[in-house]
Amino acid sequence: MSQTRKKLLVDPLVDNNPIALQVLGICSALAVTSSLKVAFVMALAVIAVTGFSSFFISMLRNYIPTSIRIIVQMTIIASLVIVVDQLLKAYAYEISKTLSVFVGLIITNCIVMGRAEAFAMKNTPIDSFVDGIGNGLGYGLLLMCVGVVRELFGAGSLFGIVILNPVGDGGWYVPNGLLLLPPSAFFIIGFLIWGLRAWKKSQVEEPDFKIQAVEDH
Amino acid sequence: MEALISLAVKAIFVENLALSFFLGMCTFIAVSKKITTAIGLGISVMIVQSITVPANNLILTYLLKPGALGWAGFPDIDLTFLGLISYIGVIAALVQILEMILDKYFPPLYNALGIFLPLITVNCAILGGSLFMVERDYNFSEALTYGVSSGFGWALAITAMAGVREKLKYSDIPEGLQGLGITFITAGLMAMAFMCFSGVKL
Repeated sequence: MSQTRKKLLVDPLVDNNPIALQVLGICSALAVTSSLKVAFVMALAVIAVTGFSSFFISMLRNYIPTSIRIIVQMTIIASLVIVVDQLLKAYAYEISKTLSVFVGLIITNCIVMGRAEAFAMKNTPIDSFVDGIGNGLGYGLLLMCVGVVRELFGAGSLFGIVILNPVGDGGWYVPNGLLLLPPSAFFIIGFLIWGLRAWKKSQVEEPDFKIQAVEDH
Repeated sequence: MEALISLAVKAIFVENLALSFFLGMCTFIAVSKKITTAIGLGISVMIVQSITVPANNLILTYLLKPGALGWAGFPDIDLTFLGLISYIGVIAALVQILEMILDKYFPPLYNALGIFLPLITVNCAILGGSLFMVERDYNFSEALTYGVSSGFGWALAITAMAGVREKLKYSDIPEGLQGLGITFITAGLMAMAFMCFSGVKL
């Protein structure tokens, strides 16, 4: 694998994470992370869709008229999502029920659209495929981080396997119910971004207003 | 009637699209810096949502459901797998038509909403509304109520968020938390506040 392709694959993981820095695809990141298994399946689905949609759009990029490109991209993405949705319904029916509308919402996941528009329309199919997979992985990574925190501390288990024995089953761990509720996802992503930006200083945003020091008299 | 009102209250407060299902988050975070733009976007979402959810409901009932094509002489056909692509097509087409109509007949409104309309096609709240309508098996009047009220709920949430953020920009926030980080935490606090509505029933 050449150097540039490796960079395309690794860059979106931390340095240019689609969720933490580009603010794309947050909707599903928050909604499906209350259990790790569901988050994992969702991440796989998004990786597959981003990779292949970038690949196909890039293959067609010289034939797509610019005036109708959005609708062409939409059609390609929607067809891929239908394939994923039907596969999930056939082989993982329980998980597809839990994911409910969020599989369908991959269509409007801005990561897929964003990569198609920003990268796949200008680059070769293989590069676009790698870039799509990389961004999908960056998304998946953050999804798994949030999922681990929420399931471990909210229910005391990981992938459904009990790690911290909860009080309800005679154990010692008192599960933090808040972590299974929607607001906690906001907090966790907020803190994750804080951590990431404390580590990578270049990602910090400039404030609109600065507090001025007042001179002593 | 009572059922419809209760559905509306539920869609606005209890099951708020933005704060309890995280739909339309990208625009919710990106366009909530100023109250005026937030209200503009909120109103556009409400209008589009009130049209697309009932429209998709008609598509589902008369074209896609198993046996829905009975009127055309194909009672055995089940086209539900085409759902996703038809809904997004309907949304894209309706947004485009709405944009043209506004441009032709209501230029001031077009100028105010113009930049937001294309954004709405890829707003997950719109597609999400239609998908929830399908999943919960709403009939036409329920779909209409749900469309209007869920759009209103989203508009309410983004306006409130913009109000908070307008004040927030003067405060002293730790370096790494500036911008995106604090916005998420604010949204989390708002989501907690909205959870208090969950006991409300009519």
